[in-house]
Amino acid sequence: MTQATDTSKLFENQPWLDPDAEPFVKIRALTKTFGSFTAVSSVDLDIYEGELFSLLGGSGCGKTTLLRMLAGFEEPSSGTISIDGVDMANIPPYQRPVNMMFQSYALFPHMTVEQNVGYGLKQDRVEKNEIAERVAEILAIVELTPFNKRKPHQLSGGQRQRVALARSLVKKPKVLLLDEPLAALDKRLREQTQFELMNIQHQLGVTFIVVTHDQEEAMTLSTRIAVMDQGQFSQIGTPTDIYEYPQTRFVANFIGSANMFEGRVVENGDNHVIVRSSHGDLSFYIDHSFEIRENIGVSIALRPEKITLSREVPETIDEYNTVKGIVDDIGYLGNFSIYRILLENDKIIAVTHPNQSRPRDARHLAEWDDEVLLSWAPSSPILLTK
Amino acid sequence: MLCLGFAFLYIPMFLLIFYSFNASRFVPVWGGFSIKWYITLFQSEEVWNAVILSLEIAIMNATFATLLGAMAGIAMARIRRFRGRVLFSGMISAPLVMPEVITGLSLLLLFITMSELIGWPTRGITTITIAHITFSLAYVAVIVQSRLVGIDESLEEAAQDLGARPYRVLIDITVPLIAPALVAGWLLAFTLSLDDLVIASFVSGPGSNTLPMLIYSRVKLGLKPDVNALATIIILIVTIGVIIAGWILSRQEKQRLLDQQMADSEKYDFSESIR
Ligand SMILES: Nc1ncnc2c1ncn2[C@@H]1O[C@H](COP(=O)(O)OP(=O)(O)OP(=O)(O)O)[C@@H](O)[C@H]1O
Ligand SMILES: [Mg+2]
Repeated sequence: MTQATDTSKLFENQPWLDPDAEPFVKIRALTKTFGSFTAVSSVDLDIYEGELFSLLGGSGCGKTTLLRMLAGFEEPSSGTISIDGVDMANIPPYQRPVNMMFQSYALFPHMTVEQNVGYGLKQDRVEKNEIAERVAEILAIVELTPFNKRKPHQLSGGQRQRVALARSLVKKPKVLLLDEPLAALDKRLREQTQFELMNIQHQLGVTFIVVTHDQEEAMTLSTRIAVMDQGQFSQIGTPTDIYEYPQTRFVANFIGSANMFEGRVVENGDNHVIVRSSHGDLSFYIDHSFEIRENIGVSIALRPEKITLSREVPETIDEYNTVKGIVDDIGYLGNFSIYRILLENDKIIAVTHPNQSRPRDARHLAEWDDEVLLSWAPSSPILLTK
Repeated sequence: MLCLGFAFLYIPMFLLIFYSFNASRFVPVWGGFSIKWYITLFQSEEVWNAVILSLEIAIMNATFATLLGAMAGIAMARIRRFRGRVLFSGMISAPLVMPEVITGLSLLLLFITMSELIGWPTRGITTITIAHITFSLAYVAVIVQSRLVGIDESLEEAAQDLGARPYRVLIDITVPLIAPALVAGWLLAFTLSLDDLVIASFVSGPGSNTLPMLIYSRVKLGLKPDVNALATIIILIVTIGVIIAGWILSRQEKQRLLDQQMADSEKYDFSESIR
């Protein structure tokens, strides 16, 4: 396997920032209700050609339903979908320029790997020789050539997953929909397959829409991510946007981990905002401005890796962006450690610190019950109003 | 209790088979081993006619009942919403619980009315076949439906997604997947038809005696050993049919489990060998 290319580099032009760029998949006010339950609630979405777009969200938030509407298995209650400029309203699944990789793989049990993969081409009346050629080609890409005569039940989970991928890719669809493609794999195989997916996507230039509830997977794979909550998008953006600039409490908590503080805006300057936490003696100085009224209740999210931990605790500490605490717990995770720091007001803050040297020649940065000082840069606190 | 039940079920059958090899004319008196009743049986033209008629009806019934029953089963399992779905399912399975006397009587009324009005059908092989189809298709529908419920619907969606029109999905995916149910359904319909006495008696016409009807009419004249021989043959055919049906249904499942186990135990070697 060649090393994966960083997909975000392929998208330096960022078509979603260009108001004139024509989206490839265009979803407008799409709604799906089952009886009185609204699974997808009036969503708008633009996806551009060649993107690897992830739908991320908790269980039951409507990801599969959205995908099934794109594939044509579920009729929208209202709203429109167009793909490559064509309205999909009255187009049945078998005529849409999309293929789907199912959450359950849905391999045909009575057909061999070869027949499974070739089935779509056969429906298009492709010549026999060409079918054989294209099937062999795609099986080579997913490294399944030795298994082409097997039936699905004679394959392991990971192999089945690759057959399903090959089957949905062999027709070179304009858009490939993947419903939790890696959910059934163990961690090691999953990480490896993520890179394979990105490579294949890069090789074939197909637009991918991937459903997942694994946020790490979404961060690794995607050009952009839509975070979904209860049938609506909380935020759509690049992995960096979503992680560094979450717009809602839900997104900040769902993507990565964050220490959350409730507070009140005490000062709103031209180029800074000061928020005073309701958790006692703690104030945040944020070095950019917001359109926000003073004295309004807000939340502050602070990522654990953005906090510096130090054992030198001075007599008097800075007024802003620093706080004293006591080490309550240390979790050693190999590549980094998590320190849980108890503040004076009983609030616990998580701080992560990379383990750059081996513990044998360097002890922990701090030990249990040490008094420590936490501080962070004025660019780190994330101010949230929603 | 259970043993007693089984005893009442199977002892008579063994007695029947046993006495069919009795050389004596009088059923309860053992006169030594003989197969002469089987020979007399096959020399009787009346018996041959009944056998052929019964087999004809059974085969036609099984074939049509499987076709129609499969359609009904697919409709019940796969079309999620259509007008009168509940009513349809109820009506399909009604023949399963309807007393045969009622089914027979009402069909007879229908056939009489029809032949008065349009001159068709004349009572005989046609009416018996139609009557048998009406009740055996219910069994087939139930078998097919329960098989389909166990099959992931996304298989059919995947085929559509790959460009297969609905009828191709039916032929390429649905039918192969329910094939065991179709075979089992066919065999069941075949034996149901071969067994039926009540409905056939209601709707048959003069001269068209099915095998069970022949046996019944003969027994009314007194127990005779050749009837035992005939019954023994029917038991044999039905037993073979049921065994084949059961075997087909269970074999697939076993094969699948076996292959699955093999694949799982091999899995680690494979992932090593392709790297
Ligand atoms: N056919 C249906 N009838 C009724 N409710 C449905 C149907 N399909 C989905 N739902 C409901 O819609 C909601 C969204 O379902 P969906 O399958 O889209 O979730 P999801 O985001 O894919 O979840 P998961 O991560 O568990 O796969 C769920 O609450 C589900 O119960
Ligand atoms: Mg889902």
